[in-house]
Amino acid sequence: MTSIPSDRAEPGVYEVRDVTRIFGHGDRRVEGVAGVSLTVHSGERYGVVGESGSGKSTLIRMLAALDRPSSGRIEFQGRSIGELPDARLGFLRSAVQLVFQDPRSSLNPRMKVADIVTEPLRSRLLRGRTDVPTDRSRRLAEVLDAVGLPASAARRYPHEFSGGQRQRIAIARALAPNPQVLIADEPVSALDVSVRAQVLNLLNDLVRDAQLTLIFVSHDLTVVRHICDTVAVMQAGRIVESGPTAQVYARPQADYTRRLLASIPTLPS
Amino acid sequence: MRRVTLLAGVALVSVVVLLALVSFVWTPYDPVRVDPSARLLGPSAAHWLGTDGFGIDIASRIMVAAQTCLLVGVIAVGIAALVGVPIGIGSGLLGGWFSEVVMRVTDVLYAFPALLLAILLAAAFGASTWTAMIAIGIATIPAFARVARAGTVQVMASDYVLAARSCGTGRAAIAGRHILPNVAPVVGVQASVAFGIAILAEAALSYLGLATPPPTPTWGRMLRDAQTYLFTEPSLALWPGLAIAVAVLGFNLLGDGLRDLLDPKLREQAR
Repeated sequence: MTSIPSDRAEPGVYEVRDVTRIFGHGDRRVEGVAGVSLTVHSGERYGVVGESGSGKSTLIRMLAALDRPSSGRIEFQGRSIGELPDARLGFLRSAVQLVFQDPRSSLNPRMKVADIVTEPLRSRLLRGRTDVPTDRSRRLAEVLDAVGLPASAARRYPHEFSGGQRQRIAIARALAPNPQVLIADEPVSALDVSVRAQVLNLLNDLVRDAQLTLIFVSHDLTVVRHICDTVAVMQAGRIVESGPTAQVYARPQADYTRRLLASIPTLPS
Repeated sequence: MRRVTLLAGVALVSVVVLLALVSFVWTPYDPVRVDPSARLLGPSAAHWLGTDGFGIDIASRIMVAAQTCLLVGVIAVGIAALVGVPIGIGSGLLGGWFSEVVMRVTDVLYAFPALLLAILLAAAFGASTWTAMIAIGIATIPAFARVARAGTVQVMASDYVLAARSCGTGRAAIAGRHILPNVAPVVGVQASVAFGIAILAEAALSYLGLATPPPTPTWGRMLRDAQTYLFTEPSLALWPGLAIAVAVLGFNLLGDGLRDLLDPKLREQAR
């Protein structure tokens, strides 16, 4: 899979052009994201790496239309989403789903797993869309099975599960409306090291089997290398380097990427 | 230790509720009948707590007054919660300048003396249990609005609301499904504490003659009547005072106990 950011012949799922997001004003004006352009192709596993505060989360919130750019243009499947009102974003809401960092805060503690997972199917925007499964109980069983949870999990509450299982619940919810794009924001950073690999492999398999496009955000370079075929390195709101993962890791062009790579702890041999 | 607070609160509140319930079907004497031949009797087997300046059995009066006290608490807290909670949730949900304006208006209401409101209502409609309940209820709205707003803002910042928004869940569904269930416990705690304050406020208004008119017995009115004999028969003031103290303390302890029980941070530590 090749990725050339300015490839106009094959339009991407996401076309992001010169997007800037400014927080505050006057003396406290901060550029969360500054002039970012990128293209994510269908079926690609696109990694975004950077330290905390580099603008990764702000960027993906704009991709999911949970936040709006201050300037620039974001196109999803050829349609600009930056200025559309919420009521007209049904096509995006059904096609793009998120998995958050910490399942302790991304799952409502007072809802049963069945209600959590089927919430997207009951939403005002997605109900009645032809691309969203209508048989809720069947879809619930399908996605629980897909993430490796027993059917009996549906009747329980999130706190009855371990961290890794809770993240599986969050992934099941993301899969429920049959999305085309999965955006994962540090999906294993809050988990015990022992279960990270399981959850990563699960994500990997699901993305491959359902031919999803994955946007994977992490500060952890080794994880990104394991998962993604394209990577963009962010620093202070800008993309300082992007390209095929193997190439970026083998021959980093930007100083910042080199420093990031050098900071990966290695076991003394 | 936390359990002790809750149990003590439940016990004291139960005493008040029990008194009120029993008084519906039975009291030792008629709580409003004046008997000049039995004035200012001390405690005895016939009159457990003695009789007051009108010759009315004090125990009977205390029991029936518990009804008024609970009625005022329920209605005042009900008004405050039914108005304050939607204001708080709406303000936290919508955010922006609208939310700021709403909260500043409730701040003004907070600063407005409840006593003045009670006097205004009593002057306009004549002092009654209803004017007192409405005045106390309105004065308590800001407390509920603030608590509900704080809870809403917290829930709105959570990832599960972000997840709900990212799949197109509407505001009404977010309010009903995510905010209300998570705000309900803190509102419950607030209701218990507000109940205690409402009882105290009602007693004060009755004492000032700005609430329930005679002959309906209230603890505040009993205190007012007892004032005449304060130096000769101090026990007349003691019993209604004690009843007020038990009720207010009970609801405060109940509120504290519930808070400890429901506080997610404390619960997380205990696990």
